[in-house]
Amino acid sequence: MSSQMIELILITILTASIPLVIAAVGELVCERAGVLNLGVEGMMIMGAATGFAAAIQSGSTTVGALVGILAGMGLSAVFGLLVIFLAANQVATGLALTILGSGLSGLIGSGFVGLKRESAGHLHIPGLSDLPIVGRLIFGEDPFVYAAVALVCGVAFFLTRTRAGLTLRAVGENHTSAHSLGVPVRRIRFLAVLFGGGCAGLAGAYLSLSYTPFWSPGMTAGRGWIALALVVFASWKPFRAFAGALLFGGATVLQLHAQAASVGLPGQLLTAVPYLATIAALVVLSLRKGRGSVAPAALGIPFIPER
Amino acid sequence: MRIDLEARTSRSTTLELLAPFAAFVIAVLIGGIVVALLGKSPLQAFSVYFIEPLSESWSLQEVAVKAAPLVLIAIGLSFCFRAILWNIGAEGQFVMGGLAGGIVAIVTHNGAGQSLLGSSWIVPAMLLAGTLAGVAYAMIPAYLRVKLGVSEILTSLMLVYVAELTLDYLVRGKLRDPNGYNFPQSVPFDDVARLPFLMEGERLHGGVVLALISVVIAGIVLGRTLFGFDVRLVGSAPKAARFAGFSDARLTFAVFAISGGAAGLAGVCEVGGQIGQLQPTISPGYGFSAIIVAFLGRLQPVGILFAGLVLSLSTIGGEGAQISMKLPLDMTRAFQGILLMCVLAADVLTRYRVKIVFGRRA
Repeated sequence: MSSQMIELILITILTASIPLVIAAVGELVCERAGVLNLGVEGMMIMGAATGFAAAIQSGSTTVGALVGILAGMGLSAVFGLLVIFLAANQVATGLALTILGSGLSGLIGSGFVGLKRESAGHLHIPGLSDLPIVGRLIFGEDPFVYAAVALVCGVAFFLTRTRAGLTLRAVGENHTSAHSLGVPVRRIRFLAVLFGGGCAGLAGAYLSLSYTPFWSPGMTAGRGWIALALVVFASWKPFRAFAGALLFGGATVLQLHAQAASVGLPGQLLTAVPYLATIAALVVLSLRKGRGSVAPAALGIPFIPER
Repeated sequence: MRIDLEARTSRSTTLELLAPFAAFVIAVLIGGIVVALLGKSPLQAFSVYFIEPLSESWSLQEVAVKAAPLVLIAIGLSFCFRAILWNIGAEGQFVMGGLAGGIVAIVTHNGAGQSLLGSSWIVPAMLLAGTLAGVAYAMIPAYLRVKLGVSEILTSLMLVYVAELTLDYLVRGKLRDPNGYNFPQSVPFDDVARLPFLMEGERLHGGVVLALISVVIAGIVLGRTLFGFDVRLVGSAPKAARFAGFSDARLTFAVFAISGGAAGLAGVCEVGGQIGQLQPTISPGYGFSAIIVAFLGRLQPVGILFAGLVLSLSTIGGEGAQISMKLPLDMTRAFQGILLMCVLAADVLTRYRVKIVFGRRA
């Protein structure tokens, strides 16, 4: 295999993992604060639709990405209001968010089907970007990739090395104790939900602005759900989420190459690989760990302060 | 400003009956705003969505035909949701049911296997195959949850994609009609492999009756049997249920079997009653809409029946609105999401008094 081929495969793995890792890290923060938001798929597809629409209208990828983030946050704000302040059921509300997101994104995107635009620009550092194998991989990606890496490092640092991160984890482990220590549980949860929404929106915007780059209805194709599984798979740890996302990126690439090489397997089976891999990953994880769960102890449980 | 929730000491039946109606009204108002933002008339949209389908006999029948799968699936799901288990893969179990029933119809096409036994066994065999396929497919997430502690939410959802791809693969491959000019569809089912229609030349098929029967059975099981008591108890007081010696594992398998079987049965009714052949996709998202139906009906059998009719009405209305008002079909989907959110919020209001307190906390 030529070095060009290796470089190409590595780049494809990385870019396929980016939407997953961005969304997963956002959801991870949300879940560490004790809120399970199953609406990732809905917020992601909204980010993709609004991001693409805004980028077409404004001609700017940056504006598109920002609008995508805001759309994700907007949907997550509705979710947060319902589950945090009204103590509505988190699983059902998250599902509602996904249904709402897929409908709204279709409405917003209907005027933009079939349009194309240039994908986001790539970094180019003379010399470095031209290195064999790692040149384009490390020094020639688009801004989303670098943002994703920074996001993972930033969240890891925030959760383990800052006081605010410690407080957020306390809220997710035992909201009653945190409350009695004077921590504003519901406000912190709401902010965490907004962060998760923003990340999901950004992940969606990456899909329609850089990865494909066009809008088509349902283009997230379950990536939001895979991101949710990644959070579990990663035991709620950011760097592990990145590693998991790269594994899934690898599965995607395998699928693309097998399809291109027409290896005689049905295309539908290859398309099913990421979904089957998700189930397999969850099973393997549970076999390794046994029943002992590392999930935040208060995950999914609404907090209603005593007065 | 802060929001306080104060638990109600007694549950008000009036409030619980009114809550879904209030949620529906608010969802319609929000939907109206979205329609206005799209530059269309909200009043006309309301009429097209909710009034016009009720005005003609054929569209009334259409409402019933589309409500049948929703009600059947939602009845099954209500057992799961009551036991606080989240089977959100009913769409996949529906597809597998339709596929299995469809295979029976295709295998017996043109009289194969009928010389010895006649043909009256074919429809019952289809219904049985579809139900069993739905049960089997739902057993995967149930087993993984009980034995390995894997989240049933994620596995059941992932299996939806797998089921859809399986159907797509088979209909484009082994199950394709050899004389179908290469169209990706199976042979049209024989008349003996179609669910009987209630009236000659009309649209109502046997699936509608099955949906109604499921409502009655669910009412009896939930209200009058020990198993129904078990399901209700686990939902409202999980610890008490455990102390009382109810087995989590057995309950999990049971409610997943019920919901999977109901979804599978709905799937085979759809292909054997409505479509009449296998196609690459056989569901416009019934399995997901049924989740909304279950909650809008407050997990009560009769409530689910009415909720199914309402959601079906909005789906038919949505098809009308696409033609007469050029409103995209996604409007229906968005409305359903809004509706589910309103229902969940209204549910909170029946359990808590919400107080908005202005100023800093005391």
